[in-house]
Amino acid sequence: MAEVSCRKVVKEYDGGVQAVKGIDLDIADHEFVVLVGPSGCGKSTTLRMIAGLEEITSGEIWIGGDVVNDVPPRDRDIAMVFQNYALYPHMSVFDNMAFGLKLRKFPKEEIKRRVDEAARILDIGMLLERKPRAVSGGQRQRVAMGRAIVRNPKVFLFDEPLSNLDAKLRVQMRTEIKKVHQTVKTTTVYVTHDQIEAMTLADRVVVMNHGIIEQVGSPAEVYHHPTSRFVAGFIGSPAMNFLPCHIEEAGGGGLSVRVNSAIQVAIPAERTARYMPFKGKEMVFGIRPEHLTQRKEEDRPGFEPLDLLVDVVEPMGMETMVHFFVDGAPICARLDPATNAEPEKMLGLTADMNQMHIMEKDTGKVIY
Amino acid sequence: MAESSSISVGSAAAGATRTSSMKRFAQRRSTTAFLLCLPLILLVAVFVIYPAFYAIYLSMLNKKMTAFVGLGNFAFLLKRHTFQLVIFQSCLFAITAVVMKALLGFILAHLMHNIPSGNQKIWRGLLLVPWVIPLALSTLTWWWMFDPSYSAFNWVLNQFGLANVPWLGVGWIARLCTITVNIWFGTPFFMIMYLAALKSVPEQLYEAASIDGATARQKLVHVTLPMMRNIISITILFSLITTFADFDIVRILTSGGPQDMTHVFATYAFQVGIQSGDIPLGASDSLFMFPILACAAFFVLRGVTQRTKEIAA
Amino acid sequence: MSTTTLDARASAKRRKTSLHSQRLWALWGSYAALAVFVVIFLVPPFYTVVTSLKSSAEISAQVGSPWMVNHPTLDNFWYLITYPNFQTYYLNSAMITAVTVVVSMTISVMAAFSLSRMGFWGSQTLSTGVFLTYLVPPSLLFIPLFQIVGMMGLINNLWCLALLYPTLAVPFCTWIMIGYFSSIPRELDEAALIDGASYIQILLKIFIPVAMPGIIAATIFAFTVAWGAFLYPLAYLYTSSQMVLTVGIISDLIRGDVFQWGKIMAACLLASLPPIVIYAFLMDYYVAGLTAGATKG
Repeated sequence: MAEVSCRKVVKEYDGGVQAVKGIDLDIADHEFVVLVGPSGCGKSTTLRMIAGLEEITSGEIWIGGDVVNDVPPRDRDIAMVFQNYALYPHMSVFDNMAFGLKLRKFPKEEIKRRVDEAARILDIGMLLERKPRAVSGGQRQRVAMGRAIVRNPKVFLFDEPLSNLDAKLRVQMRTEIKKVHQTVKTTTVYVTHDQIEAMTLADRVVVMNHGIIEQVGSPAEVYHHPTSRFVAGFIGSPAMNFLPCHIEEAGGGGLSVRVNSAIQVAIPAERTARYMPFKGKEMVFGIRPEHLTQRKEEDRPGFEPLDLLVDVVEPMGMETMVHFFVDGAPICARLDPATNAEPEKMLGLTADMNQMHIMEKDTGKVIY
Repeated sequence: MAESSSISVGSAAAGATRTSSMKRFAQRRSTTAFLLCLPLILLVAVFVIYPAFYAIYLSMLNKKMTAFVGLGNFAFLLKRHTFQLVIFQSCLFAITAVVMKALLGFILAHLMHNIPSGNQKIWRGLLLVPWVIPLALSTLTWWWMFDPSYSAFNWVLNQFGLANVPWLGVGWIARLCTITVNIWFGTPFFMIMYLAALKSVPEQLYEAASIDGATARQKLVHVTLPMMRNIISITILFSLITTFADFDIVRILTSGGPQDMTHVFATYAFQVGIQSGDIPLGASDSLFMFPILACAAFFVLRGVTQRTKEIAA
Repeated sequence: MSTTTLDARASAKRRKTSLHSQRLWALWGSYAALAVFVVIFLVPPFYTVVTSLKSSAEISAQVGSPWMVNHPTLDNFWYLITYPNFQTYYLNSAMITAVTVVVSMTISVMAAFSLSRMGFWGSQTLSTGVFLTYLVPPSLLFIPLFQIVGMMGLINNLWCLALLYPTLAVPFCTWIMIGYFSSIPRELDEAALIDGASYIQILLKIFIPVAMPGIIAATIFAFTVAWGAFLYPLAYLYTSSQMVLTVGIISDLIRGDVFQWGKIMAACLLASLPPIVIYAFLMDYYVAGLTAGATKG
């Protein structure tokens, strides 16, 4: 068990392409941290540098109080689970899990004890004699995790471990991974491009983009208080709606968001001070689909009316997605399935302005 | 502040030693890599590269290897009628045989592709027999079948009331015989290469072509051939090299006769260099193969690189 | 309306049956054509077998069809099996082939691992060079090699072949192995690295077992080259104690104008036996190895 730290870590590939542009990150003991971001954001490279599979161009990586920059992977006391499982195809499940221990010259009984224990945790005891190709995808993933668990390493590293599974199995294994972490409590760094995985698994989410860290925070923090337009748009599905706007003075000293000549929504009074400095500037208005609801009679304060022309209606059972276009920008609302929205007709919505975000157009910085 | 700076100094010093140990680690890795390749490098250097340059040196000596004659051997060879025959026969042999092998192999691959894959294995096994038997041994059987007085082929011809054919006794017939044996031996190789390529063409392409209204011939021209183009050219060029440099068939069937009409570069080099003991002349004869081989090798390599890129893409 | 649908259905049915019969014709046509090819291809091996079963007297008598055996006898085989020279050739071939296979495979597996996974300065050039070496035919360099073998004092010494055959086998074996090793996902060696394996352990415990089909294919290739090579032994060996099968059969059983065809054919059969047995069992691996570049993946 150990903490992991990255200090100004840079990875530059031959030809000067920087995959990771100097990141700082501290991961506490027992913590489950998820690195999330679009492909090419540097999250896998970061993980592989922690694993020792990629050399670090500059900066330092600490594991359990030691700088490990030039410690080879086998001496870092880490275990890794790969996207395609990377099980040794010619070895039985037992031998796959035992391989690392055998190389470290553990006594036979100890190996057996540890493998059996891991197999019990993961419920794969009946597969131990089989070859990897004779077990299903989800089971392979368990074996790969078992191979990590038996080593009892300081850190678990997961590199998109669920991407090769079908949707149903993915949800199941997600729960499984969380359960295993609750049992063994090993410090875990987990890489994924799937923000739902990140939200459900993480103690803390690290959102990365273009080789830098955009935001670090608990799932609730990154969801409700994104610091940048990128995080706001990346976390949450369907994604947050963005509309270019101006901040305008409204009657009574209040402010409002002016989207175009037809659309203007009032900003709640308690946010007036926050947005006052940006009056008249080009900003971006962001609101999540679930904060756009169908207008009812008894709307509370802060719920502002908005009338939009319906483009497409997508019933999903427990909710209905309704899509609109405003000046060419797609807008999505997550409505009650009882909605009477119909394509090509106007629909009266209310925007929960207490939940909206205003960000700077150029920097994407969210105004708090 | 002071504390943090002292830490950074310490870590910088540690960093310096670490970098060097890191370099050592990387160096050790590439040293291991190099050592693993060393036997290969030595083998190629001693038995391929050195002999190649040595051949050039040898080819410029006189017969007793006492004097340097420059390009004299090459000029001498080119003027010699026998050697002109060698050039002609080598090209005729290689081109005719490769074209026939490519054609027959293509037909066979298609026939194999038509039958259910469960039955393909046994048919493939039977068709590969010529290619499995060592060529020097199967050529002996051909020689025996072409035997002037006991020829089994002539017996068959006689049954149909035809006269005996002097298979290996007359220049042009002997030339055809050597080519036939090469076709017989080499066709299976083309078949398996083409069959593999055929199998790699996705079935959906044919289905899409069918729906677009393509006939069987159009499918062949517009789907199969473009998809196999690279493999076809690699196989042909590769076979061109081995056929061009063939030794076993001609050596055993005719030893170059009658009247040196079936000699190819390899057998002629053997006769001049080893049997008559004129090493320099033999070496220069062999070297005549080089430009043609190099040309073919260049195109093979280009094809392989392209193919690798296609697969990677 | 109903008549048109009926018509359409009927014509669809007709089309279906005609499609079906077309396919059937194509299938049986293919079988017939393949059968013709097989018969033509198998004429020489068949004739080898027929002749090997005949006595010299029957061959020279020329009575009836040469394609038939009137008095089958195993005398030719018995003669060869008890003939010391033939035993020597067989043993020599087996020894040289075994050494060639072991040496070639060791060299090429090590090199292929290094070239496909570890890499060093110039390894890309070396890969290309290896492939080019594969395209060098034995008949291009046998004359300078004759001189070199002579300088080493190995003319008419069987073991010169053990030095020379690997040059014919190693390039292609390396090429096959590079292909197989490259197809092993990189995560597998990374997992092994993290599990604590050294590069040599990765090669021995992961790569060799996983790439076994490739190893088999390359081994068969090395075997084929060493067993069937003709030019080098013909050029460099001349006493029967040093000869291998391919040249021994010719030089020993053809004395001047006397061709002992029954014995020659029996010898060919016996000499072809090892390759035929190996191919019969392992053909799939070999074909897969040869055609790896022709198919994706």
